[in-house]
Amino acid sequence: MNWLRQLFSRQRLYRELSEEIQAHLDEKIEELVAGGMPEREAKQAALREFGNIGLIEEKSREVWAWPLVEEVFFDIRYGLRTLSHSPVFTAVALLTIAIGIAANAAVFSIVNSVLLKPLNYPKAEELVALHQVAPGAEGLADFENGLLLSPSMYFTYADHNQTFQSLGVWITGTANVTGMAEPEQVRTVAVSDGVLQTLSVPPAVGRWFSQVDQVPNGPGRVMLSYGYWQRRFGGDRRVIGRNIMVDSQTREIVGVMPQGFRFVDSDFDLTTPLAFDRGKAILAGFGFHGIARLKPGATIAQANADLARMLPIWMDSWSNGPGSNPHIYETWRITAMIHSLKQQVIGNVGELLWVVMGTIGLVMLIACANVMNLLLVRVEARQQELAVRTALGAGRARIVRGLLVESVMLGIMGGLVGVGLAYAGVRFLVAIGPSNLPRLNEIAIDARTLAFTFVLSVLAGLLFGLIPALKYAGPRTGSALQSAGRTISVSRERHRARNLLVVGQVAMALVLLMSAGLMIRTFAAMRKVDPGFADPLHLQVMRISIPDSLIAQPERVTRTQNAILEKLAAIQGVKSAGFVSEMPMEGFDSDWDEIFAEDRVYADNTIPPLRLYKHISPGLLQTAGTKLVAGREMTWSEVYGLRPVVMVSENLAREMWGTPSAAIGKRLREFPRMPWHEVVGVVQDVREKGVPDPAPEIVYWPPLMENAFGPGPAQATRTVTFVIRSDRAGTESFLAEVRAAVQSVNSDLPLASVRTMQEVYDKSVAQTSFTLVMLGIAATMALSLGIIGIYGVISHTVSQRKREIGIRLALGAQGGDVLQLVLRQGTKLALVGVAIGIGAALGLTRLMTNLLFGVTAHDPLTFVAVAGLLILVALFACYIPARRATLVDPIVALRYE
Amino acid sequence: MKKPIQRDLFPGALEMMILRTLKRQPMHGYALVQDIKRTSDDLLQIEEGSLYPALQRLLKEGFVKAEWGISSTNRRVRIYKLTATGGKHLEREVSSFERMLKGITQVLAPGEL
Repeated sequence: MNWLRQLFSRQRLYRELSEEIQAHLDEKIEELVAGGMPEREAKQAALREFGNIGLIEEKSREVWAWPLVEEVFFDIRYGLRTLSHSPVFTAVALLTIAIGIAANAAVFSIVNSVLLKPLNYPKAEELVALHQVAPGAEGLADFENGLLLSPSMYFTYADHNQTFQSLGVWITGTANVTGMAEPEQVRTVAVSDGVLQTLSVPPAVGRWFSQVDQVPNGPGRVMLSYGYWQRRFGGDRRVIGRNIMVDSQTREIVGVMPQGFRFVDSDFDLTTPLAFDRGKAILAGFGFHGIARLKPGATIAQANADLARMLPIWMDSWSNGPGSNPHIYETWRITAMIHSLKQQVIGNVGELLWVVMGTIGLVMLIACANVMNLLLVRVEARQQELAVRTALGAGRARIVRGLLVESVMLGIMGGLVGVGLAYAGVRFLVAIGPSNLPRLNEIAIDARTLAFTFVLSVLAGLLFGLIPALKYAGPRTGSALQSAGRTISVSRERHRARNLLVVGQVAMALVLLMSAGLMIRTFAAMRKVDPGFADPLHLQVMRISIPDSLIAQPERVTRTQNAILEKLAAIQGVKSAGFVSEMPMEGFDSDWDEIFAEDRVYADNTIPPLRLYKHISPGLLQTAGTKLVAGREMTWSEVYGLRPVVMVSENLAREMWGTPSAAIGKRLREFPRMPWHEVVGVVQDVREKGVPDPAPEIVYWPPLMENAFGPGPAQATRTVTFVIRSDRAGTESFLAEVRAAVQSVNSDLPLASVRTMQEVYDKSVAQTSFTLVMLGIAATMALSLGIIGIYGVISHTVSQRKREIGIRLALGAQGGDVLQLVLRQGTKLALVGVAIGIGAALGLTRLMTNLLFGVTAHDPLTFVAVAGLLILVALFACYIPARRATLVDPIVALRYE
Repeated sequence: MKKPIQRDLFPGALEMMILRTLKRQPMHGYALVQDIKRTSDDLLQIEEGSLYPALQRLLKEGFVKAEWGISSTNRRVRIYKLTATGGKHLEREVSSFERMLKGITQVLAPGEL
């Protein structure tokens, strides 16, 4: 740090020096005057003897100067001047670097915001998701959530754990808020005691839920999200203590959570206490997400062991009612697989983002190769200048440093432009990014991204500057000076560097084109899959929920839904309408239960596999375009008559009875006291969880069913998705009429999740299309940069070989021979590049296996097509300069000497 | 008045003389010049100012230290003092200078020719 102090103390040094010199002169004058000299003369004599004060001060200052810094400043000034002398070169190089850096900075900001930054909670590294798997409970624990927690599990874990500071469970849902301007369906998160404590984010206004709020049937309480508070109450702080109607129940507002707060990955409007009733809890009911905060120093492995220890306690402490065997869950093989909350939020998107980052990084390398190529050409043209500088005494190191300073400056200037572009780029990426990309709202260019960009710029500058600088600095002074101005034939060695660069570019471009090609094939394969519904653009869907408190009597719920269907069908342009508990790919939590078949024998201690089930209205299949494979749909009279009928999916029918038609007439039920239901129809398989996931086996129950738990009113499906087939789907006027139709049946029913099935479908493939777009952009950039690279090298060679070509033509070579000569050189480079690229692609595309669907990472068709395309394009890039070579006039070329 | 010799000193000579003078006792710039002039019997033509770049070089190398003080004529001046490394440096320089001088003298000595 000595040099730093020196830098800052310099001013003081200089001041002291001046003072000292003045004192010297004064003393001298005084002495002379004392010796009898008149003062004027004494002054002059003193100055004469002292010498040139200005020069002496400067010489003294020089002693302290910092030579390296000053030389680098000189290099920068010199570099700027030379760059400004060749504006075209500078512009092309800058633009290439800027685009490369912009793409990298934009993608890095996403990687950084989504993957690297800690979650937005205090001490987020202590937070974990209580993830468990249950290989024995096929279906229920199949998907990304694993086996969720039941209330009794929550009680057991909360009471007996040794590794957590706090833990809680939560669940998302919807609720109707009424009593204000217009009924509205809002997103809710219901939380147990411990969730807010675990996340540790204090409320913006008011307070958290207390334990009193978690008492079953206690006072109704609710907290608001910041957004809902602003939207509905204009951010009024006096809202605390006010009552609102949530699902027709009065709830008092106790607090508002701060801006940007989410429950793990869920946005919400309202949050309510779960208020579990300990006395009524049973073993089952696995519907709740668990989160916890580890004790300081506790590891995830210890927490897993802790949960494993508590599972037997859980089975011993609770039951599923008299006569049931609590240890049946041992067959589920429940295993704790706790992971960090961040991992839970990010999910599997990490792999995708790293693949995108990697491809964009390759683009940067290709861009660097292009700039390096330009620099090689340029530094060659500057041979004479460099030789003169060397002859005048500049050392090799000094010249290398000068050239490097120049290229690093190019890098940094490119970086500056790039950051500007990146701001636009990030906005673009966020716009096209899948809306289910986690932490999308957190994406921004922050200090870390800027630091990354700066380092990248400098590294890029060093990378593309080093080879030209080392290659051309210093040696061969004599020859360069001698040959200055004469176009001698170019040495082989000088070409080697550029040829290598082109080969590298072609190879990298091939890898990127391969990855983009595989994504295109994936997308095409996905498009070909029948999702289980037809013409989604003309399918309007929306959710309507009828709470207990609004209509208590179940049959009246179904009649209301039926009445809505009739009103909807009467709208002009509507072909048909139906409803179902959930449409495919909608992403709501699905329902699973054990399904028993009448003609099957189940051993005492076993339970049948869990099956996804839905409730479906007559007419839905036809509306959605889901094909009936065998049998028939149920009818409204069967629904109202509580007839025991059911439909199943084709794969379930095949699994249980071999063929779809064999399933007709067979009987099913969920649990022993439920009446057997007769299979009347078999429905085509549906890609419930998105195209890439296999279609699950599904049981379709009627919307209104007898109460299976004994006497009492039947059970209706209160929350359903209405599906309308119309060419006018999605238009404003249509939606207004739909809203009016629903209101005419019951004015307290809000619509939620109003979309077309196309939007639902697009969202479910959003990750794939995002990857496709990103890799497509990267591959396009790589291809165009590669073309420019090949074109540049070939045309430069042609201009260098003008004289040779002239001689050939003069000796009788035909235009075709020359064309061949040049094309052969280009083709050779392209072929070598393609060969290396194929080798690299074979290794690298394997990394994206998980992103592919319906195509292998080594798909031969893609390889052949991409290699062919690349060779063709390379030939084309060579053809233009080759064509020019044939037009060389031998006389002119030779006379030019 | 003797006519001083109009010739530049060889590089390092001035520094050597400064160090030698300071070895006797610390002093400030003006006194240093006067002292060197006096001891050389005004044979050496030294531009008084040229002392200062030389002093700065010695300061930077750590051969001398400087402190503000009051001169005998009651002026605020910087008083220079030889450091331990400066002393060692002086010994080395002087011995190498003596060797060089010996060599030159031998070559210049008459008789052999």
